[in-house]
Amino acid sequence: MNAPVNPANGNVGIVIVSHSPDVAKGTAEMVRQMVGEEVPLAFCGGDPGGGLGTSVEAILAAIDRAWSEAGVAILVDLGGAETNSEMAIEMQPAERQGRIVVCNAPIVEGAVIAATEASGGASLDAVRRMAEELSPA
Amino acid sequence: MADSETTASVLLTHEVGLHARPSVKLTKLAKTFQSAIELGLGGDGPWIDAKSIVKVMAAKAPQGTTLHFRARGADADAAVAALVGLVERDFDEVGAHVGNG
Repeated sequence: MNAPVNPANGNVGIVIVSHSPDVAKGTAEMVRQMVGEEVPLAFCGGDPGGGLGTSVEAILAAIDRAWSEAGVAILVDLGGAETNSEMAIEMQPAERQGRIVVCNAPIVEGAVIAATEASGGASLDAVRRMAEELSPA
Repeated sequence: MADSETTASVLLTHEVGLHARPSVKLTKLAKTFQSAIELGLGGDGPWIDAKSIVKVMAAKAPQGTTLHFRARGADADAAVAALVGLVERDFDEVGAHVGNG
């Protein structure tokens, strides 16, 4: 049990990236209702044409909205959400490198758990580890 | 620093037990204290880290369970009192009776 590090600039931010705008929005609503307002939170879903998919531009914007000096943890659903998120991370300015991670966790449960951990001021690494600890028993 | 341990137990009356929302509240509250805090589903354990949302949620304590808290540290007394209070207040969710909480 490490004492949480709470940087002056706040808690780790959470970004939710789904193929479906509804899933992304619903997941974010669960985080807000279950965990609260203490964590920066942003979500995106759907392709620019309104269909299912993910877009690098939307992910970049979501990272900006949820940005925290403590870093950002991204929760994704399927394939493209992960690869586009990784692309968005690579496109970040140098000063953000190493402070954005994609969590290997289920999107809904992982988002709630990551946000719970982040709300207590945990480090980005601790947030990711807690989300990834949630795996089928 | 005195290495004393504070313990207390409380009956879990929340309708859906220690499911998602109550678990989040309990964990968040536990994290506000410096002390090491553990939660046991029995007086003899097994004991889990009350600050781990994954472990608290995985415990799946049902309604009617007696929850045991034990804390060690400078604010152990306050931590245990606060956690017992939260459980006694049904996690401040009066009227929230949604299926899987």
